[in-house]
Amino acid sequence: MSPLTALFGRELSLSWGRGGGPLPALAFYAGVTTMLPLAVGPEPERLASVAPGMAWLALALAALLSLERLFERDFEDGALDLLSLGPVPLELVCAVKCLAQWIAIGLPLALAAPIAALALGAPTALAPLIALCAALGALAFAFAGGMGAALALGSRRGGLLIAVIVLPLFAPPVIFGGGALTAGGGAGLLLLAAWTAAAVALSPLAMAAAVRNALD
Amino acid sequence: MFAFLANPQRFMAFSKVAAPLIGATAFLLLASGLWLTFSAPDDYQQGATVRMMFIHVPAAWLALFSYVCLAVASFLSLVFRHALADAAAKACAPLGATFTALALITGALWGQPMWGTWWVWDARLTSMLVLLLLWLAYIALRSAIDDETKAGRAAAILALVGAINLPIIHYSVVWWNTLHEGSSSFMKNTGSSHYLAPLALMALGYTAAFGSLWLVRIRAELYRRRASLLALRAAEA
Repeated sequence: MSPLTALFGRELSLSWGRGGGPLPALAFYAGVTTMLPLAVGPEPERLASVAPGMAWLALALAALLSLERLFERDFEDGALDLLSLGPVPLELVCAVKCLAQWIAIGLPLALAAPIAALALGAPTALAPLIALCAALGALAFAFAGGMGAALALGSRRGGLLIAVIVLPLFAPPVIFGGGALTAGGGAGLLLLAAWTAAAVALSPLAMAAAVRNALD
Repeated sequence: MFAFLANPQRFMAFSKVAAPLIGATAFLLLASGLWLTFSAPDDYQQGATVRMMFIHVPAAWLALFSYVCLAVASFLSLVFRHALADAAAKACAPLGATFTALALITGALWGQPMWGTWWVWDARLTSMLVLLLLWLAYIALRSAIDDETKAGRAAAILALVGAINLPIIHYSVVWWNTLHEGSSSFMKNTGSSHYLAPLALMALGYTAAFGSLWLVRIRAELYRRRASLLALRAAEA
């Protein structure tokens, strides 16, 4: 088994198995979606007009929650030191961590997103597009959020700090995804895919620099 | 210029003279700019409120300019591990956040009589608001890490990530705004020299004020570091 596949297996089992895996994020997602009709009012027309956007925003928030343990636990128990000395470059280690995070938490959320949107009254025809946007967006959120998690290593009040760092960076994907949902695909979907590809390619560099800085 | 000032001692000697000189220049520029602002004729559409332009537009320009300064200083501190560049980045952040907040506040005060509302989700306003969030994230990250060199490097990485993202954020917000049929747009009065001269003077004055305050804050930061170093040595002895 190559070091890379071994690392991937480890990260996947960690993010799937420990701390309930995708369950807390899914529960949070369901909770936020339940709160929305309580806050806005139960009128179907009003709910339907905001449903896809709210389902999308709740996804971005749910993706934030699980970021804190992306690096923090490995940082505290010294595993991150070992990984930085290992044969796999640190950039790739960070990318693998984010990828495992996406598979274990992002994809289950992406499957839940159309259900939440339909329950709020979005048209059924929109469901595949919502799932696609959510899967792409969750990948972008995992990688951009990983930068926040790596930068906040070794700080006080990690969780809140990650949210403050990452939310301004989430503005473009939130806009593109929301645009794709209102326009039924088109330019918004392409822009979202482009932003996601750029985040996947570039953010490991920033993550590795931040992790090296924290380990020094 | 950079190489000459990279030496902290030469920087201290230079900034000791330069900071008050630039500050005095800023005062003269702002005073004459304000004089022209109030002696300019009322606009035929906006009336007296056109004068808000002269304090609002330079603030918006400096909000962006100071972020460029932060990005350059962060790059220099990250690549060359230069302590002075790190102090410059640290000193820049509250100034930039203040200019961004000033641009938003004066924009709201100008928007109320002109558009009839304090705030519209217009492309410029929204991207300015995201810029303010970026400044706050920078300051929050910097203050959350105890080790100063680590805090400086993490913050520098964030500043560069933000610098790459800033144009993307801007264009995404513009695209979002056209998608949602933005309701308001600026009525530009160009070509009138009544307005050009005070605007130019105020822009130069704001820039000089920023430069002077930045130098003063870098000096204060260097003195603070020296003081904490001395305190540490005294505690060890």
